[in-house]
Amino acid sequence: MSMKASTRQVDGVTIVDLSGRITLGEGSVVLRDTVKDLLGKGQKKILLNLGDVSYIDSSGIGELVSAFTSVRNQGGELKLLHLTKKVHDLLQITKLYTVFDVKDDEAAAITAFGAK
Amino acid sequence: MTAPQRVSYRLESTLESVNKAEEMADQIASQAGFDEDTRGGIAMAVREGMINAVLHGNAYDPAKRVNLTFEQTGKELVVTITDEGKGFVPDEVPDPLAPENLLKESGRGIFLMRTFMDEVRFRKLNSGTEITLIKRLQTNDLDREEASA
Repeated sequence: MSMKASTRQVDGVTIVDLSGRITLGEGSVVLRDTVKDLLGKGQKKILLNLGDVSYIDSSGIGELVSAFTSVRNQGGELKLLHLTKKVHDLLQITKLYTVFDVKDDEAAAITAFGAK
Repeated sequence: MTAPQRVSYRLESTLESVNKAEEMADQIASQAGFDEDTRGGIAMAVREGMINAVLHGNAYDPAKRVNLTFEQTGKELVVTITDEGKGFVPDEVPDPLAPENLLKESGRGIFLMRTFMDEVRFRKLNSGTEITLIKRLQTNDLDREEASA
């Protein structure tokens, strides 16, 4: 199954709803292009909704890390929302769970942007 | 107990081969009697091994192939992935869990293979690298397999 990404705006935060697999090839490219496009438009508060992401491989993990550092380097914030168990476990074993700001509730995640 | 079974494939150096190998690993691990979580880990380890072979070994070279072998012995599943690339030294791959490497974009494939398998071996060949991935059936897996036999 390929990956799909759609974006919506809520209170100045861009929510990217992702579904499918973030893996080497198409999935990673879709994520990379989406984040690059948002940064190009000056949208630097990004919430990646991974609720419908069934699977991530090492390439997909690398793409999440790349998105995180790209946004941060431009003075923005990137957070993750609704991790599935598989993705949660993978971020735990790679020690990235504490690197990312992971949220379970969309409204709370939006409020958290800029409220450091 | 299942009789030993061995199946081999010669695959092109493409992403399709990576996806196909992952699917086959899940099916064969299921036939071998592994539970769902373990099957997912085996499939991911095979995927990462195939990415290593196709991307880092053969560099998508259409003239080069990847040999993939699954062997079920009844006690363990042995997966062998062989590429025709330049080879590499796994010990030189930086530890992806070290604080200074956490934000690196690559370098987690071998770590994931070692996480999900009981044994991971690398062997430098005259032309290429051979990765051997071994997962042993636990007692409860063997009980389930015998009950369904």
